[in-house]
Amino acid sequence: MTSTTYSLPKSLALPSRQPVLSPTTWGILISACFLILALVPICSILVPESSPLHLSAYALTLVGKIMCYAIGALALDLVWGYCGILSLGHSLFFALGGYMMGMYLMRSIGLDGVYHSPLPDFMVFLDWKSLPWYWHGTDHFLYAAVLVILVPGLLAWLFGFFAFRSRVKGVYLSIITQALTFACMLLFYRNETGFGGNNGFTDFKRILGFPIAATGTRTGLFLLTFIVLIGSFVACRYIVTSKFGRVVMAVRDTESRLMFLGYNPLGYKLFVWTFSAVLCGIAGALYVPQVGIINPSEMSPGNSIEMAICVAVGGRGTLFGPILGAFIVNGAKSYLTATLSDYWLFFLGGMFIVVPLWLPNGVVGVLQRLLGKR
Amino acid sequence: MTRCTSPLPEGKMRHSYWVVLAIVFCIVSGESAALGLTPDDLKPLGEDDYEAKTQALDRIIASGDEVALRILEALNSENVVATEDDKVLIQDGNLLRDPITYATIAASDVQPITLNNTLRARVTGGLSGLRLQASDRAVRERAINTLLHEPNPSLKPLIEAARDKEDDPALKNRLDQLWALTALQDPDPAKRLEAVQLIGQRKDPQMRGLLLPLVAKNKDDTYAEVDPKVRAATDDALKAMAFEEWKTEMVGTLFAGLSLGSILLLAALGLAITYGLIGVINMAHGEFLMIGAYATYLVQEFFRRTSPGAFDWYPLAAVPVAFLAAALTGFILERLVLRFLYGRPLETLLSTFGVSLVLIQIVRILFGAQNVQVSNPSWMSGGVAIMPNLILPFNRLVIMAFALAVVGIASLVLNRTRLGLYIRATTQNRRMAACSGIKTWQVDSYAFAFGAGIAGLGGRALSQIGNVGPDLGQSYIIDSFMAVVLGGVGQLAGTIVGAMGLGIVSKVIEPFWGAVLAKIAVLVLIVLFIQKRPRGLFALKGRSIEV
Repeated sequence: MTSTTYSLPKSLALPSRQPVLSPTTWGILISACFLILALVPICSILVPESSPLHLSAYALTLVGKIMCYAIGALALDLVWGYCGILSLGHSLFFALGGYMMGMYLMRSIGLDGVYHSPLPDFMVFLDWKSLPWYWHGTDHFLYAAVLVILVPGLLAWLFGFFAFRSRVKGVYLSIITQALTFACMLLFYRNETGFGGNNGFTDFKRILGFPIAATGTRTGLFLLTFIVLIGSFVACRYIVTSKFGRVVMAVRDTESRLMFLGYNPLGYKLFVWTFSAVLCGIAGALYVPQVGIINPSEMSPGNSIEMAICVAVGGRGTLFGPILGAFIVNGAKSYLTATLSDYWLFFLGGMFIVVPLWLPNGVVGVLQRLLGKR
Repeated sequence: MTRCTSPLPEGKMRHSYWVVLAIVFCIVSGESAALGLTPDDLKPLGEDDYEAKTQALDRIIASGDEVALRILEALNSENVVATEDDKVLIQDGNLLRDPITYATIAASDVQPITLNNTLRARVTGGLSGLRLQASDRAVRERAINTLLHEPNPSLKPLIEAARDKEDDPALKNRLDQLWALTALQDPDPAKRLEAVQLIGQRKDPQMRGLLLPLVAKNKDDTYAEVDPKVRAATDDALKAMAFEEWKTEMVGTLFAGLSLGSILLLAALGLAITYGLIGVINMAHGEFLMIGAYATYLVQEFFRRTSPGAFDWYPLAAVPVAFLAAALTGFILERLVLRFLYGRPLETLLSTFGVSLVLIQIVRILFGAQNVQVSNPSWMSGGVAIMPNLILPFNRLVIMAFALAVVGIASLVLNRTRLGLYIRATTQNRRMAACSGIKTWQVDSYAFAFGAGIAGLGGRALSQIGNVGPDLGQSYIIDSFMAVVLGGVGQLAGTIVGAMGLGIVSKVIEPFWGAVLAKIAVLVLIVLFIQKRPRGLFALKGRSIEV
């Protein structure tokens, strides 16, 4: 008896797992982390304000804010760039995460509000006598943190389940997510919803006992956001390089062929979608204490679309691109709205038109071409 | 009864009429002499005792003659004064006149008579009561309407007198009801019964408050109304009213739904055509609505400046202008941007969103961020009352008719013209159409311009009922897309049913849950609906699996 061992021709063998990041990238990433983690606290706290190396509170907040948007854009890229689902509802998940964190921040104001009442100010203003049920327990940070993950995740899962099950996709799905966002925005604008209506939450005093406006707290939040950004980048890389990620990409390319091969795309889509929503929620939760306000305008459909343009500008399906795009778009936004506010919308609209027409792979695509040619 | 029917204005003719009337009264009834007012009757008006004033006023109203009308009119316009010895006079410009003889009287140191709100209401009520017998039909009608709104039992004699004399059937009918309102407390059960039945015929839910006391129970568990027949009639009348109210509500909701639906339809029609054809969701579609509305505004301003005489007809002139403005913008957009993005629907979505931002900002810079005023021409203002409590405004009716006409024209274009044939062919199978010699890229351009033009027409219609501002289009784009999803892509009939259905469902839910929750509920319904019919109500049948 001889046993024959088959060696498959190379083209038929399963490809070996792609590395999450190349060794060079790992190196750059880790050294960048160390650099930022070391330099930012020094520049913001230790360096005196007069020095040109000082990092002002404004700059800290601005960059921190943009990093939150970058996490959101990264999350959107995961579903859009890799699964072909263009969500116009990510601002909803972002704002929901922000609202959950905002609930904790409102509760931790304690008796220091304008009315010195244990209830948040807007409830006193509306003459409410007690907290609505969904506010219970939000004074515990951990519970609020669980909510930050659960609420956007649950909503995304429910919505995704029904949408993907009936194979709603493409522009249909985009518009329905936008409609969902729009409807929720209207809901949050109402005072009766119990989230402060028009004004939302603001006037926070402290987070986990630290005064929220202090430089130390700001620096801490900045670093936390940075770590989350890097962490989610690596996590997204991990997903897209895995076997699971390859199926997800197959969903993007030809969903029907994948189904003929015996896969059910529902689970794949649902996981990526929900994961992306949770990431977005976390980004929102980091955003609120840094910016100091959350109101329903944060979930306006326009914000979702701005997130999408960040992804498109940076380069879809690259994960690094959206982060870059978030910095480009939001940097341009804070510069232009301050100097030429009338023309910011022209610029934004122009980007929407120019990028798909001439930069289909975004800035990263241009960079790759330049590097490749060299 | 002789009645002066000269078309003279009310003020001039009233005098002669009342003289005739007074004479007739004197001859026929002989009551006037007995009731004729004396200066003593008027005297309490000048005093401070409000109780006495009330009684004096009641006497004046009850006398029902020309003097009474004169005094009440003067009281109503606050032209009654009193001298120091409480002699009541009427101030007529610079002259003072005796209220009874109407002769000029010289007096000094006169003080205006003060009335409180109760008395003032009594004066207006009495005035209406007296005017019930005026010769001018319009005056009588107004008096009846005033009294129907505020029924006043103390005017019963006047109403009865007027009811006997009225010969216009329409007014007679309403006078009957007016009488019924005052006769509810009549001691004679037969009269009460008649009154209740008359009120029941009116079916006006506002009158319910008058009937409810009749079926209410006293504390000792007896009915306030002793006669069971009257009670039964009251019950019937109340039931009829409740039914009428329900009917009014239903018709009102249906109308509001159809009205919203027709607007959605105008917005969704173009979207359905372009989406069906090119598979492109045009986020700038709402901005075509806005362009149509602003084109209407420009036409309106043009008419106002150059030919105010023809101003009433500007809405008609605006129709082609709005269509061409939006169609041209659409054509340029298709040629310059969308053309290069075919086959990449998600990017098209983003690009068109960018276009919409740019268009909004251009309009904001040209016209300002504030809303502009587009006014209704005279023939569009007002409405038709189809039920006592339901008035359908003309502008909404016109829009519904307009939407119907646009749908008709669109279906003619799609089904009867060569372009329509090409559009339908390309929608069904682009490659096959190209194989049979259709220049599909040209069809795309024209169809896109056509869809945009229809949206422009929608904007023209919208400008008549809503605010015209740079953000106009944003609020309709999502809803109109929902209509397309509901109806099925590229299907005229589907879009009509989708838009109307969406409009009616929203308006049916709204009274229960409010506008915001209604929107959410509709969204949830659509998501659930898609579970069953992923391709809409009217899906094209085909064998392709990918959309």
